Amino acid sequence: MAVSMNLYAGRQRKSKVIVGLCWLATALGITILFLILGTLLWNGVGGLSLKVFTEMTPPPGSDGGLLNAIVGSLIMTVLGTLIGTPIGILAGTYMAEYGRHTRLTSVVRFINDILLSAPSIVIGLFVYTVLVAPFGGYSALAGSVALGLLVIPIVVRTTEDMLLLVPNPLREAAAALGMPRSLVIQQVAYKAARAGMITGVLLAIARISGETAPLLFTALGNQFWSMSLTEPMSSLPIVIFKFALSPYADWQKLAWTGALLVTFAVLALSITARWLGSTTGQQK
Amino acid sequence: MVDASAQIETVRPGGMSRTSSDRAAVLSGLRRNDAIFRILTHTAAIAVLGILGSVFVSLAFGSLPALYAFGPGFLYSQSWNPVTDQFGALAPIWGTLVTAIVAMLIAVPIGLGIAIFLTELCPMALRRPIGIAIELLAGVPSIIYGIWGLFVFAPFLQQYVQPALIALFSPIPVLSTIFAGPPLGIGVFTAALILAIMVLPFITAVCRDVFDTVPPVLKESAYGLGCTTWEVMRSIVIPYTRVGVIGGVMLALGRALGETMAVTFVVGNAQRFSASILQPGTTISATIANEFAEATGGLYQSSMIALGLILFVLTFIVLACARLLLRSLDKKAGK
Repeated sequence: MAVSMNLYAGRQRKSKVIVGLCWLATALGITILFLILGTLLWNGVGGLSLKVFTEMTPPPGSDGGLLNAIVGSLIMTVLGTLIGTPIGILAGTYMAEYGRHTRLTSVVRFINDILLSAPSIVIGLFVYTVLVAPFGGYSALAGSVALGLLVIPIVVRTTEDMLLLVPNPLREAAAALGMPRSLVIQQVAYKAARAGMITGVLLAIARISGETAPLLFTALGNQFWSMSLTEPMSSLPIVIFKFALSPYADWQKLAWTGALLVTFAVLALSITARWLGSTTGQQK
Repeated sequence: MVDASAQIETVRPGGMSRTSSDRAAVLSGLRRNDAIFRILTHTAAIAVLGILGSVFVSLAFGSLPALYAFGPGFLYSQSWNPVTDQFGALAPIWGTLVTAIVAMLIAVPIGLGIAIFLTELCPMALRRPIGIAIELLAGVPSIIYGIWGLFVFAPFLQQYVQPALIALFSPIPVLSTIFAGPPLGIGVFTAALILAIMVLPFITAVCRDVFDTVPPVLKESAYGLGCTTWEVMRSIVIPYTRVGVIGGVMLALGRALGETMAVTFVVGNAQRFSASILQPGTTISATIANEFAEATGGLYQSSMIALGLILFVLTFIVLACARLLLRSLDKKAGK
């Protein structure tokens, strides 16, 4: 009896130690999240002023803001979303509606899942070789295409998942009333899956608005105001990258402010997407 | 169903109040739209495959000059000299593998710990907030980790952690080479730590999801037999979900291999091969991010496209394995 009680106490102790380590791991993860957000706020808020939103990126040693970078980021993110979303939705529609059990669908699903986590810098290299090198220059359009390519897999995935959740009797009822297949999809399935599909697009926007690597040698960056799609265009992530690695204190300060803006935008988008996703989940 | 009936209203007048030829016209119009929409979606699905294919082909094509000039030696040559046009991929490949593997060694135990905490130990009220917090950590753009790593984390490591590591391992033969000084703050080790922080949420999220697939009755029986929490995890939950956990780890490894911006900030960007992980190094993605836009000369650019191809193939293999493992788990769960 004494031996087995010892054994039992030993097992309990071992379990307690490991349970303690699990608590520790979680505390560590959450501490890091708050450390990152905390330093970001601490360093970024100081530089936040009206100037950030009204003036151009400055040369070293003088005052300025991030206006051209903010506008550039907005333009390229919107264009990238406009390029990627339709393709993603159509492909997801095929997989969930027309070709649900076909071989093509399972292959596309597999490849799409790989594209979902493929290194974004490789997408940048790809766009460089097909859109920058042959046309002789960096351009905002090339940057938008690179971002669009990153949007596609996210939208494909959520569109397919959400359409698969739509109950078949809905489609059958619509078809029984004489609706053609394409209208059943557009008017019934899309409407039932709308919130989830919007969530996917929001998540995709959140992803690309912080992306730097695919823009490095497609849109390149621009010190000045430019609205031309065929010229290099500035963007927040690129400015952060360049300014943070510079030796100038005022550039570094702007980089922190830019980082705060990007993080805030990305977190706001993903929280909105999550909230939208969870409210529709509860209705079902 | 309001939507569908509204639609019927708009379709109906074509069939009811007009002549039969009108009706035929409307029907053929609908049929045409149907076909167009079907073809559009089909094309888009094939386009997804086309993207992957054309990425591969264009990178392979772009890297031909470098592969032709250096042959297989490109993979194991250490020189990286734009002046003499000599390029070899050993240093970046080595750096990529070392940072990713060290990152996984750190992140996997911690990620598993958090996943166990979330599924077994956490009070119900905290489960959702902590889960969301971990997922938000995954959404933070990599450049933020980079700037934080460079200005906050690297100086901290340089001052407190690295001197301690160097002092701790200096009497031990092999480890003293791996942790050779001086403490610089930035370097391969710092990059690996930042990567570990970045992939932590992925590992946690996947592991939590697969742990949730374990039927409660299995765990309950084990608890009923008097197993401790750890014994239930080790003998029931982890064996049951092993494939999924490995899949999640591979998924995170794929991310770690290709991660660019965070690494570029803190890895030190030195094109050389160093046995000490505290010294500056480089990775494939950091090399491309740093040098590509400035690269002049066909061979220089082509060498970097070849690096990109190597990275793409490497991550493709890792991610494909991850997906296959996770898919087999889905089948097992009957999804």
